[in-house]
Amino acid sequence: MNSLVTLNPELAALSRIIVLAALTVYSVAFIVLTWSLTIKAGAKKQTSPLSTKLDKIGFALMWVGVIAHFIGVLTRGIAAQRVPWANMYEFSVTGSFVVTFIYLVAVFWKDVKFIASFVSGFVVLIIGTANTLYYVQVESLMPALQDYWLVIHVSVAILATAFFMIAAALAGILILKTTKRFKKMNILKVFPNEEKLERLSYQFNIIGFILWSFTLIAGAIWADKAWHRFWGWDTKEVWTFIIWTIYAAYLHATTTRGWEGRKAAWLTLIGFAAILFNFTIVNLYFKGLHVYSGL
Amino acid sequence: MPTRQTSKYVVVKEYNEPIQAPDLSFKSWLRWIWKQVTSMKLAIILLLLLAAAAIPGSIFPQRSADPNGVTLYFRNNPTSAPVLDKLQLFDVYSSSWFSSIYLLLFISLIGCVLPRVGVHYKALRAEPPLAPTNLERLPEYKKIEATNSIDVAVEYLRSKRYKVIATKKDIRAEKGYLRETGNLIFHISLIGVLISVGLGSALSFSGQRVLVEGDTFVNNEASYDSLSPGLLYKTSDLTPFSLHLDSFWTKYDLLNPTNYGIPIDFTATVTSKLATGKAQKSDIKVNQPLIMPNAKVYLTGNGFAPVLEIKDPDGSISFSGPVVFLPQDKNLTSLGVIKVPDAKKQFGMAAFFYPTVGKLSTGALTSVYPFPVDPVLTMNVFEGSLGLESGLNSNAFELNTHAMKQIAGGKSGTKAIMLAPGMTKALPDNLGTVKFVGFKRYASLDITYNPGEIWVLLFAILVLLGLIMMLITPRRRIWVRKTATHIEIGALAKSRDEMLGKIVKELAKQIKKKSK
Repeated sequence: MNSLVTLNPELAALSRIIVLAALTVYSVAFIVLTWSLTIKAGAKKQTSPLSTKLDKIGFALMWVGVIAHFIGVLTRGIAAQRVPWANMYEFSVTGSFVVTFIYLVAVFWKDVKFIASFVSGFVVLIIGTANTLYYVQVESLMPALQDYWLVIHVSVAILATAFFMIAAALAGILILKTTKRFKKMNILKVFPNEEKLERLSYQFNIIGFILWSFTLIAGAIWADKAWHRFWGWDTKEVWTFIIWTIYAAYLHATTTRGWEGRKAAWLTLIGFAAILFNFTIVNLYFKGLHVYSGL
Repeated sequence: MPTRQTSKYVVVKEYNEPIQAPDLSFKSWLRWIWKQVTSMKLAIILLLLLAAAAIPGSIFPQRSADPNGVTLYFRNNPTSAPVLDKLQLFDVYSSSWFSSIYLLLFISLIGCVLPRVGVHYKALRAEPPLAPTNLERLPEYKKIEATNSIDVAVEYLRSKRYKVIATKKDIRAEKGYLRETGNLIFHISLIGVLISVGLGSALSFSGQRVLVEGDTFVNNEASYDSLSPGLLYKTSDLTPFSLHLDSFWTKYDLLNPTNYGIPIDFTATVTSKLATGKAQKSDIKVNQPLIMPNAKVYLTGNGFAPVLEIKDPDGSISFSGPVVFLPQDKNLTSLGVIKVPDAKKQFGMAAFFYPTVGKLSTGALTSVYPFPVDPVLTMNVFEGSLGLESGLNSNAFELNTHAMKQIAGGKSGTKAIMLAPGMTKALPDNLGTVKFVGFKRYASLDITYNPGEIWVLLFAILVLLGLIMMLITPRRRIWVRKTATHIEIGALAKSRDEMLGKIVKELAKQIKKKSK
């Protein structure tokens, strides 16, 4: 992996434009899906023909967006001659692609259509931030990153994040639905009951947790190779551990009377907040060995 | 709160028995305490506490990961630093409070898991439990009008790998024992990880050595620049081998305009030799340590070592050899200290090495490129006692000029000495001459050994396998009962299990098919 490669800045510029095109499509999808939600909230019956149509359009747009997004990710990788996740911009763009893709596939597997506007909104936010704050030109890999563990460790971390994100959206709805002040809001009646939300959230969380455990182990194996110890409480290691521990607490909570439901949902949100914190604040402001933001 | 009454799944109850008020005897009081310690609620709270307690270690510099950061913190915050230090905030992960949380967590874990091993072992060999009197009360229940035999249900459940005990009138079936097996493997392996980490670190060592091209390192205590053995490691146990740095070299990107001059590969070519064995040539790179018996050699840094020759006025050599300079920026402007205690009059020099010299707008020199295209060495000279005998100035990279007088460079009135490779210049104040012979590269090596590593990995993999086993296996119990006119089916799951309803439906379908 350490041979000199020819970077292609023109292709990288094209990749950026394609990603921005995907962003535009996602934004439209977000508006359409949110509109559909508000119609459902207003309707007496939960399925009005207009909202069904809008949902279809929204999902079609998300698919168009995800395909464009994939081309953007692919061209970025070709431009850099390596996996497109070596700095914050690339991690955000690739990560948000995986989130969307996993979600769109998960729709066939579980009934999670109702969080489409959350997912599209989240992805719009991530790409927007990446494009304005994190953008960097294509660069070749620094020696520390030239290893196949970059492919394994980071891609699994991205996958884990995608599952945790979907679980967090579900947990957020559960909390709103069970909060006295919001309970009566019409829009919340559109969503499934608490039991279903809780179960779905759990199913996405356990997959996320398995993947996160793998990320942690793979990271330790790589750290042993690159940093001469498998664990050294580097800031990023600390936060990976914190996140793992929060989700471990969550798993215990789901089988403990008095802790399931709302409290467990809060733990899901805290866990996901820690993931976002780890990716943004820790990357940018904390001193450590994972200095790969490229900024 | 989601209302439990409407909930269709059953929550594991073992840990959730209501806390009973303790009676007054000592024994039951102890038992009550133990129950609290091993309760699931405590586990949750300890896990969250552990997560919270880990946070300060990412905010404050830690002695283990960033000792220079701690020194700097003390310098910048002289009033608050000692207070934080008292609270062990610079050693969070070995602090008494962090340790007590995780030790308590592991005690709770052991207390919770060990008894379950016996219970599970018995459950594996036992028959599925008797049906509850009232199948209707189970989370899943179906009543079919049928009078045929229930053999078809037995067959069906066996084909689905249930453990089945059947009579003519009723069936009890259970499957998914792997769930508890996985759960136990997960938790026990976590204990394995903790023990391997602890023992491993006690039996480990790690040391640093800076090696200049052409020099040889011998693996014994005296050859290390710094060595930190674990509590149980004897430095006499170091496996003897030698390591000669043949060459060090950096590959730069000279191809991509946006990336120009960025290092993309560091290679230390070494010749290693065991006490009994042939010399062997190998490359050490970042991400590619050299594996020696009971030691791994890592490349952690590099820089330049200018070679100097200093002579007294009478021509006798007072100093000769390479001096390791520390890189200060990405273009490798490097700072080094030369101490000449053997000169007629003691003196020292603070020197800068610029691999490719350039000028800042202020007139100060800087390096503009990390590769030596136009190397220049500049030296400020200080005359006076180096204080080496008193232990002052014992740090090789620091020149304490407190008791010294600057005679070249800075405000001394004499210009700093500036040399290109091969040049010789006279030192001021009749100290003799200095020759910049040339320069070599050096490699910073980390040599480590940790016998616990492989065990940590092994247990970590078991943790992951146990986790997967436990999270994807549902544990289910199914009972079938035949009455004169009907067949009843009841089912119970140990975890949230949305398939349970479907399974009961399918079983009912199978029975109905036969009844026709």
